[in-house]
Amino acid sequence: MDTRTAEFLAHLQSGGLVETSDWMPEEYRKRLTKFVEMHANSELMGVLPERDWILRAPTLRRKLALTAKIQDEVGHAQLLYRVVEDLGKPRDACLDDLIEGRSKFHNVFHYPTRTWGDVGVIAWLVDAAAIISQKALLKCSYAPYARIMRKICWEESFHILHGRDVILTLVTGTDEQRELVQEALDRWWEPLMMFHGNPIPADEDPMVTWRIKSQANEEARQQFLEGYVPQVWELGLTVPDPKLRRNDDGVWEYTEPDWDRLMAVVSGNGPASAERLAFRRLSREEVGWVARAVLAEAA
Amino acid sequence: MSLVWEVFRRERAGAPMQHAGSVVAPDERFAEIYAREQYGRRGESEALWLVPRDAVAEIDEFVDEFDLKYRRVDGYSIKERLKEARERAGTVPG
Repeated sequence: MDTRTAEFLAHLQSGGLVETSDWMPEEYRKRLTKFVEMHANSELMGVLPERDWILRAPTLRRKLALTAKIQDEVGHAQLLYRVVEDLGKPRDACLDDLIEGRSKFHNVFHYPTRTWGDVGVIAWLVDAAAIISQKALLKCSYAPYARIMRKICWEESFHILHGRDVILTLVTGTDEQRELVQEALDRWWEPLMMFHGNPIPADEDPMVTWRIKSQANEEARQQFLEGYVPQVWELGLTVPDPKLRRNDDGVWEYTEPDWDRLMAVVSGNGPASAERLAFRRLSREEVGWVARAVLAEAA
Repeated sequence: MSLVWEVFRRERAGAPMQHAGSVVAPDERFAEIYAREQYGRRGESEALWLVPRDAVAEIDEFVDEFDLKYRRVDGYSIKERLKEARERAGTVPG
């Protein structure tokens, strides 16, 4: 490692922050760009499972809330792609890489939303898992990203409440409605356990070394289990993992997810990956004329 | 050709303008639409400023060449001498 990089790393490790115009080692720029780009892709792809339910939402109020949440998430993608652009990768290149399958998005957005129960489980538990990672990013060494995360976290707070409200309505409803939630939870549990990634120790994780991330994957998962399993149980719902239990030392034990399967899913082989990417490709083609018209008109 | 516009926002009346983020837009009209949408949609701002990034002059080095610490509180350390003065006066707090 050259002196300049060593100094940069020492600066980070003593809590130092980085701004857009500061010098940064190529490795830092590369890892950071890839990470924020994946986050942006996830916000953009994350609206598709919910979009399927705008027309089928059970009431007008739910339809409005769901639409507002989707609007927020597209907005988050816009903010995050701006961060990526300032790091040197244009938005067009990000969108091209996304639809060609050259970049990734979060595992949970590779699965279908079969029922309204899925919408509730996503808005409550998927968003809860995401908020844990996002809160940890407030401490990211790249200050422009951390600042944008403050705005994103502020907007996310209503999403979890909305999800919880959907779930509470269903579990206080008919037996059929309760079963809808349980059946959705049964399908979503595995992707949820995979969400925070494999349990790589913090001191071996280069993302932690560069202080892009401040939290180990397993720490995030434990925080999720500690916060949300009791909330699931108190509603009389069952978590589909016979091994799941809280040890005396406060550590949650669970069935180890299949990490190869996670890799396969995020590489575009999830049950809904192809369909979602095809949809994104189609909408990029369909709205291309708008961008062309806007740029031509203003030129 | 699109430009980067820096967005500043005032959270409530009387608060300072603070940098919020940026938008990319081909002209001021579009910059205004994007900024409204991304930084004012939820009533989180009572005013926005849009500034083309090129118009911002940045200064980020502040060298204290003449050691001007006497103009700041960290330029004064009175603890030791206060102790000495108290001892001389025989007023050391007991």
